[in-house]
Amino acid sequence: MREQLERLQRDAEQELLGAVAAEEIQAIRTKYLGRKGALTSILRGLGSVPPEERPAVGQLANQVKEALSQRIEAALEATAASKKDSRLLRERIDVTLPGRRISRGTLHPITRVTQEICGIFASLGFAVAEGPEVELDYYNFEALNMAKDHPSRDMQATFYITGNLLLRTHTSPVQVRVMEKQKPPVRVIAPGKVYRPDADVSHSPMFHQIEGLYVDRGVTFGDLKGTLTFFLRHVFGEEIGVRFRPSFFPFTEPSAEVDIQCVMCRGKGCRVCGQSGWLEILGSGMVDPEVFKAVGYDSEEYTGFAFGLGVERIAMLRYGISDIRLFTENDRRFLEQF
Amino acid sequence: MKVSLRWLRDYVDIDITPQELADRLTMAGLEVDAVAEYTPAFTGVVTAKILTMRRHPDAEKLHLLEVTTGGDPLPIVCGAPNMKPGDVVALATVGAEIPGGFVIKSSKIRGEASEGMLCSEDELGIGPDASGLLILPPDTPTGRNLIDVLALRDTVLDIGVTPNRSDCLSIIGIAREAAVLCGRKLRYPKISFKESGEDIRSITSVEILDPDLCPRYTARMIKGVKIQPSPKWMRQRLEAVGLRAINNVVDVTNFVMMEFGQPLHAFDFRFLEEGRIVVRRSRQGEPFVSLDGKTRTLNAETLMICDGRKPVAIAGIMGGENSEVKDDTETVLLESAYFNPSTIRRGARFLGMGTDAAFRFERGIDPEGVVRALDRAAQLIADLSGGRVCSGFIDTYPGKIPVSGPIQVRLDRMEAILGTAVKAAEATAIFKGLEMTVKKEGKGVLSVTPPPFRVDLWREIDLIEEIARIHGFDKIPVTVPAIPVPGDLHDRKREFETAVRDALNGLGFTEALNYSFVSPSSADALGLAEGDEGRRFVRIANPLTEDQSVMRTTLLYGLLETMRRNVNAGSPDLKLFELGKVFIARGEAELPREVDKIALLVSGSRYGENWHFPSLPADFYDIKGALETLAAFLRAGELRFEAATDIPWLHPGRAARVFSGGKGIGSFGELHPDAAARMDLRGRAFVCEIEAEPLGEGATAAVCYRDYSRFPSMTRDVAFLVGMEAEAAKMIGLARSAGEELLETVDVFDVYSGEGIPGGMKSLGLRFTYRSASKTLTDEETGQAHGRIVKKIVESTGARIRGEG
Repeated sequence: MREQLERLQRDAEQELLGAVAAEEIQAIRTKYLGRKGALTSILRGLGSVPPEERPAVGQLANQVKEALSQRIEAALEATAASKKDSRLLRERIDVTLPGRRISRGTLHPITRVTQEICGIFASLGFAVAEGPEVELDYYNFEALNMAKDHPSRDMQATFYITGNLLLRTHTSPVQVRVMEKQKPPVRVIAPGKVYRPDADVSHSPMFHQIEGLYVDRGVTFGDLKGTLTFFLRHVFGEEIGVRFRPSFFPFTEPSAEVDIQCVMCRGKGCRVCGQSGWLEILGSGMVDPEVFKAVGYDSEEYTGFAFGLGVERIAMLRYGISDIRLFTENDRRFLEQF
Repeated sequence: MKVSLRWLRDYVDIDITPQELADRLTMAGLEVDAVAEYTPAFTGVVTAKILTMRRHPDAEKLHLLEVTTGGDPLPIVCGAPNMKPGDVVALATVGAEIPGGFVIKSSKIRGEASEGMLCSEDELGIGPDASGLLILPPDTPTGRNLIDVLALRDTVLDIGVTPNRSDCLSIIGIAREAAVLCGRKLRYPKISFKESGEDIRSITSVEILDPDLCPRYTARMIKGVKIQPSPKWMRQRLEAVGLRAINNVVDVTNFVMMEFGQPLHAFDFRFLEEGRIVVRRSRQGEPFVSLDGKTRTLNAETLMICDGRKPVAIAGIMGGENSEVKDDTETVLLESAYFNPSTIRRGARFLGMGTDAAFRFERGIDPEGVVRALDRAAQLIADLSGGRVCSGFIDTYPGKIPVSGPIQVRLDRMEAILGTAVKAAEATAIFKGLEMTVKKEGKGVLSVTPPPFRVDLWREIDLIEEIARIHGFDKIPVTVPAIPVPGDLHDRKREFETAVRDALNGLGFTEALNYSFVSPSSADALGLAEGDEGRRFVRIANPLTEDQSVMRTTLLYGLLETMRRNVNAGSPDLKLFELGKVFIARGEAELPREVDKIALLVSGSRYGENWHFPSLPADFYDIKGALETLAAFLRAGELRFEAATDIPWLHPGRAARVFSGGKGIGSFGELHPDAAARMDLRGRAFVCEIEAEPLGEGATAAVCYRDYSRFPSMTRDVAFLVGMEAEAAKMIGLARSAGEELLETVDVFDVYSGEGIPGGMKSLGLRFTYRSASKTLTDEETGQAHGRIVKKIVESTGARIRGEG
């Protein structure tokens, strides 16, 4: 009987090896372990086994049944798994095809640079101010110490509307408008479009400036240097060289042009900087007492500095753009790079 | 202004390199734009002495010469008429290059050997004389490079002089700055000459009728001048600074203008009728021929120099053809005057004559330097032309020229402005170096009087700037101001604009930036009616081109132009936006209304070239959806839309007005095919333009949480059969206004016309969702509410329900 049981196990295992489909495995289970299966019929002969051997044979029979049951379960699981695998395999796709992208729009580079600069000055406590683009001669020139017939007006060629109205040539008139409305301390920046009749690779009849103004008690030229140096290092990198050079603007005194070390050649001299190693980047100065007089500030009590910078110039240096006309051509291939 | 270093060295010793000088000037406010080295355009030309000379046997006009450069005699064949043995001449040796690209070779001319070429000034490009060889002084050593012998090398600085520094529009002015910056002394030229004969005041007179325009006029007379070309040194100096040499009298006036900054004029006295000068305003419309041969039409404001009968010069701007110095001029009346700067500026601008003289007068010349320049010119004319200076001079000085008096400079004020203390001793030294007189006036106060040529120094702050400039901006320490935190960290407008840009970027729209000025024909292109607000253009009086001559009244024209350029460049699939101002004119002298607008444009295919959605053309609902999503993103509240048939640039069947909070804020739709044709656009365009501000006002609403129902919803779908012209919004509005509390949402799930639908009709499928806040709804409860809503819709609109009889 022991032999019978062992053979049954061998035979069943053999058959299981050949079975793939779940139905075949179920048939094997019925054949060997079913109610009318092989194991049952063997156990029917248990009566002919001498009584002292019966417990051992019975134990063996249980072991065989247990072992076979486990094998059958495993075979069924394997079959189910391989069936799922093959289904998943059939569902395979080309993962290298492009995804369903949501096309992203881009910001104009002028907006990008303007936002960055405004952000830096906002962190220094400067608020944003605005003024009209079609301006009165008074705000654009006269209140800024540029009387009619003064040669300093030659510095800024102007689009006129009528005798008194013009397209603002700089954002400086916003200084005057702000100071007329507000008592010191004043800390504002004024970004916006400005206009001058000039058009070539480096001049656009419409361009963007950002004006800055800081008026309070005790503001000095040293503060001007410190603030603008902080700003320029933030934009162009901590290592960039900055120099302040005397110049002339009718509405500031002393006036300073601010140069940075050429970002192309790092000060060695190249075509971009005209071999000088320096790039003119902004104009600045201490607010002229005449301007304070025009807005009713006491220049003995308050001092201040102002500056103005060209956004296109910074964007051109930043992104390596050599033709200013690209900004207003709006070619998709240009715009989508930013 | 161009400054020749060779000329500059006449007045100051410079012992640093030209580049160092340029750097120091730049850092003192005289920006040097360029440093140019000048060497003549020839090589290999040396001095040589003529040893022998005989006629060429076979050519009448040629000579055979033997010359030496110090070694063996060289044979030269020469055709010039003016040399003789013993002369020192300029020899272009074999291998030399002379202007025009000629290289000298050893050659045979009519059978005679020639080892080089003797040159004229003209052939070397160093002077106008082409009549014969350049003959050098007899003691000139031979064998020397001609460039060294004639000192033909020079360095020219191109300096951008700011409008306040008229004192630096002269070589001496620059020399003065260089002297201070290099710690050197400035040397003024010595002026001395002999006067002889009659007194000028007995020969002529000067009468000033407009002393406010011409406060001072001085004159001298030089008789017996012989007009000829100026000597080489004079010509070289003028040409180095960009002036053309003319003759020995005119050149002197230009030379002295460059030297001292005082423009001068020389008249040929024989052409002055009645032999006198009258300074007066011109008459309106009076014609005048200036010495460049052009006829000018004057206005009543132009100041003229006249003789007894007629104008002879435009004061301070240009002389007249009728009195200019000619080849046979013998008596010169020399003018040195001070004219009112504004008068000259207005005149020069009116006439379009930005001459060197006008440039200086309008910036203000040295009122005390008028006579010095007059004397300097008289001296030089006498020297160069052999004339004699008549006794005395005329100085008519009826006007008053403001000159700066003593200015108090407080050292503590200087420190308050600069943020650094400059010691009294240093300040005094700087002021004195700039030719100011300085007196100590109590503790910490200096009394400073600027020299009369510094017309830019009137106030304490002007002098503080002088100190800062010379002391050096780089020596002022950098400080960072302690800036208090601002009270309000919010900047609503900026935050709103940033949110709009971010939302539109997220929706796939790229930002464009167009000029604020457009062509006036843009109104026609968009089909605007007469009297449309969009035709109230702000016109530019002096536009660069007609296409940029008016301020835009809409952003759309620029966006459509942008579309055309991109479509033509092969990019038809566009989603663009622009944020900017439009300008609506008001009264003549009034500022226009400036309105911030947001504009969108969609064209081409909705998703671009893409394998997922091959060529789905964009349509009306793309731009509408973008607008709706933008409003949602901004929390701008519900927008309302109304069909519009009368917007000139929009398709009358595919256009809508937008309302926010009951206020019309703009419109959008498909571009009218007529407008597209007028703008030469290929492909359909969908555009939107709305005002930013009202949208921003709606967008400030704070987020407020509302509790939502935990009970399940029930939906009912109905397909209504309605006329083609029926509007979905109306039917949805009816459902919403039916007052059924259980109705949660109404959505359009299907719009269909075609097979199975009667002609002229469409099927509009609406999905109604019902939900209670307090319980799970039964079919019956839902059905009752739904029935009432559907009934209302059917009764109000005459719609039929699809599937029901």
